[in-house]
Amino acid sequence: MSDALIETLLKAPYVAKFGVRFERKGDELTGVLPYEEHLVGNPLVPALHGGAVGAFMEIVASGALLASQTLVRLPKPIDVAVDYLRPARAADVYARAVIGRSGARVANVRVEAWQGRREAPVATLHGHFLIKPEPVANS
Amino acid sequence: MPESLQELLNRLAPLIVDGSPHAQALGLALDGLGPGRATMRAPYREDLIGDPDTGVMHGGVVTALLDHACGVAAFSGLGAKETPATLDLRIDYMRPAEPGRDIIAEAECIRAHGLIAFVRATAHDGDESDPVATASAAFMVTRPSREAAERVRKAIETGELS
Repeated sequence: MSDALIETLLKAPYVAKFGVRFERKGDELTGVLPYEEHLVGNPLVPALHGGAVGAFMEIVASGALLASQTLVRLPKPIDVAVDYLRPARAADVYARAVIGRSGARVANVRVEAWQGRREAPVATLHGHFLIKPEPVANS
Repeated sequence: MPESLQELLNRLAPLIVDGSPHAQALGLALDGLGPGRATMRAPYREDLIGDPDTGVMHGGVVTALLDHACGVAAFSGLGAKETPATLDLRIDYMRPAEPGRDIIAEAECIRAHGLIAFVRATAHDGDESDPVATASAAFMVTRPSREAAERVRKAIETGELS
């Protein structure tokens, strides 16, 4: 658990501006992106901006890595692939991450974002993140 | 004489940012717009910092900038008739952007046919040969509803959001 870094992540100006918050139960973490008009990408549909949903899932991936282990700095994205499955409506978005593998330097993470029904995700993300776990003390 | 694609794009250019609340919230700017091409800029802003220790803008700004620029290039590549939705977007983050520098995304629609468009894009902070990130995306014209399709048609015809 890296609680101090989770605070740092959520207090970063960009993350705070869009009001992202985490709901945690132990090492389980759900991200919440509260709906605001400034998240809308195309008002004619209307749908949330793909970039806003993608960025939110990146934040949740970082949060999940920090909630699952002790890291000494924020994870840095190496690459992400985002699939958009349905238009994200003008409503709150939720996301949860599954850590595929978390090694000594790199972590593989999948994130799923949904709105009304969890079985009907609006977008998924698959990415790799550079991480720096706390060194294991030699005994 | 019928309006050329470039003339249509020039007429719609003000809508590219002003028509998108999220693009406005990030302060994005359109630097160039041509058939199947778009150049967009994310000016450096302190309220978009992702890592307070380094002052580097959040990766989400790069994500949104690339998604927007790719979407505009796809829209243009498909003839600027309907607004396409992102199917997928893959981004490689090559290096952090320099704090204090604007990020510029250059997107090119490499193929558009029927309802589908394929786009490649590069984001840099001044030197095109030293990219911050590259992206590869696919877009599709979808019709969420008849009403939405009608609103899009009207906006393109009049150049204004009703």
